[in-house]
Amino acid sequence: MSHAAVQQAPAPLPPSNGGQSLSHRGLPRWAPAGFAVLGILIGAGIGAAAGLDSKVQWGLIAVIAFLVVSYVTTSVVENQRQAKDRLATSVVWVCFVLAVIPLFSLLWTTISRGVKVLDGYFLSHSMAGVPSSQPGGGVYHALIGTLEQVGIATVIATPIGLLTAVYLVEYGKGALARAVTFFVDVMTGIPSIVAGLFILSLVLMTDTPPSGLLGSLALTILMIPVVVRSTEEMLKLVPNELREASLALGVPKWRTILKVVLPTAIGGITTGVMLAIARIAGETAPIILLVFGSNLINSNPFEGAQSSLPFYIYQEYKAGEVASIDRAWAAALVLIAFVMILNLVARGIARWKAPKTGR
Amino acid sequence: MASTTPMDTPPAPPLSSKPGTSTGRAGDNIFAGLSRGSGILLLVIMASIAVFLTYRASLALSKNEGNFFTTFEWDASLTPPVFGIPVLLVGTILSSIVAMVIAVPIAVGIALFISHYAPRRLAAPLAYVIDLLAAVPSIIYGLWGALVLVPYLDGLNLWLDQYFAWTYIFDQTQPGVARNMLTVGILLAIMILPIVTSVSREVFLQVPRMNEEAALALGATRWEVIRLSVLPFGRSGVISASMLGLGRALGETMAVATVLSPSFVLSFHLTDPVGGTFAQNIAAKFDEANATGRDALIASGLVLFFLTLLVNGAARLIIARRKEYSGANA
Repeated sequence: MSHAAVQQAPAPLPPSNGGQSLSHRGLPRWAPAGFAVLGILIGAGIGAAAGLDSKVQWGLIAVIAFLVVSYVTTSVVENQRQAKDRLATSVVWVCFVLAVIPLFSLLWTTISRGVKVLDGYFLSHSMAGVPSSQPGGGVYHALIGTLEQVGIATVIATPIGLLTAVYLVEYGKGALARAVTFFVDVMTGIPSIVAGLFILSLVLMTDTPPSGLLGSLALTILMIPVVVRSTEEMLKLVPNELREASLALGVPKWRTILKVVLPTAIGGITTGVMLAIARIAGETAPIILLVFGSNLINSNPFEGAQSSLPFYIYQEYKAGEVASIDRAWAAALVLIAFVMILNLVARGIARWKAPKTGR
Repeated sequence: MASTTPMDTPPAPPLSSKPGTSTGRAGDNIFAGLSRGSGILLLVIMASIAVFLTYRASLALSKNEGNFFTTFEWDASLTPPVFGIPVLLVGTILSSIVAMVIAVPIAVGIALFISHYAPRRLAAPLAYVIDLLAAVPSIIYGLWGALVLVPYLDGLNLWLDQYFAWTYIFDQTQPGVARNMLTVGILLAIMILPIVTSVSREVFLQVPRMNEEAALALGATRWEVIRLSVLPFGRSGVISASMLGLGRALGETMAVATVLSPSFVLSFHLTDPVGGTFAQNIAAKFDEANATGRDALIASGLVLFFLTLLVNGAARLIIARRKEYSGANA
């Protein structure tokens, strides 16, 4: 190991030849950027020359060119190990860029196409009497539906989730705790449509008419495991010293949990609950099965068909008209904004209330 | 630790005004009971999902004129109902595999990027962005996939068919635009990317600093540090992250329902615009289904349920075997 000095960043010294390291030559600092530009040029060049019409292929060629160029150059100029390191760095960068492109495209498309229809009228009117081919109409009924369904689900799921997490962290030891842990994990993986089908099977047996409440019940099933998981993680972060101090003062265990453990973790728990809300707010499948959707305003979640934002988007997309697709994008923008704001606030709380840890 | 250690000398007059002396026992029992109760409730829910779905499914299966496991059609609402799941099973597994193959390596790459490669100042905002995108609802991915991604992938689709038809999976035998399993897989990959990334990243950040510094001190390059200390430490985390992703991919409804052009044709060619998945089929067929039709859809949902159960269970076992670091009380 003669070149122990050459770790971490590709040496910060100027590109001029000569010693960035005492033992061997190195590429200049701007090399990765240079490789990237070269790769893009090659990709665009080959793409244009071969007349490929899909930009996806241009991108793929550019990526491959970038990786090959950086590996070969480094292995020639430096050595095999550095080349491998450089390759890994390049791959990691490429991964990131690859992922960011579609994600930004999605946000950009939603915003740019959503603002076309989105205005006060859109937010305050329902679809009553608006044919799908005509512009006009709005999401008010869907907004109400989403808020009510998600609200009910939250009210049911949060206490159950919290108590289960408390059980797992503070009480659970034996076979029951292990079973609950296992099934919480499994439950996290339950597809939303299966949760919907479960409630549907109950509905079919009792002949219940569709209502927002049924949708909320399905959403509850989806929400509980998420709340349990996040709360559990947060409770585990509470230092044992706090519990022991409280118990040593003679405080009963339940008060220790309520007054010491939960308040310490409250920031993280709130965040977890809000993230769970954000997750279920976007669920469409159970609504299709259980709430049926409606173009009219129905503010009673316990009776009659309701709509919800995700369902509305699906409905307008399926209609396939220009006007309805515009509405779908606008509703998508509303939904994304709702979810994102929840997320931002949740993470803000998490940061603000975060227990001080070492790292 | 032992439950309630206080030396309960006075036989407890209920509800004294002194906090935390006497009400302890009863409160403890109630609270412990409540929390155990909700744990049990969870198990009950899981059990009843299996039981009720099985019951409804059996109603439909008893009327089925076809064979549930070998019939290649879905006419559950006809008078002699005929339906079978092989097309759906293949479609579900195929699209999920495509999604995993694309998503997991890229997600690990991004997680490494954020935890180890990105410039310090950028790392936090980037992680934040990825986290936010995990929250994008699936229907919006579906909308974007159908209206934006499909046109983009048309060219790639043609190209793959032209030059890689010999791989069999890229051989397009049915005409049509890119509303196929490949596109669905790519879209699912994009959808599960943020989840897999954020879980993996958390794990990578927990790698003991000492391990990394020890590797660096031995003269390892950054990649060698990652290979020697980060990846071995993070493996179980990556598996659990992938499991979360796979679970989401298997049961994803809306993204598939909007992107795929479904039909009951069994095809292992990823570029054929045919096939279907369990969840997509349920969403698509539910509206026009009669009573038996709904039960039949429930039957297919039951298969999906057991599929996800199996995947999650297996992944859990893998993780349990490597569980050295549980995080808390370490």
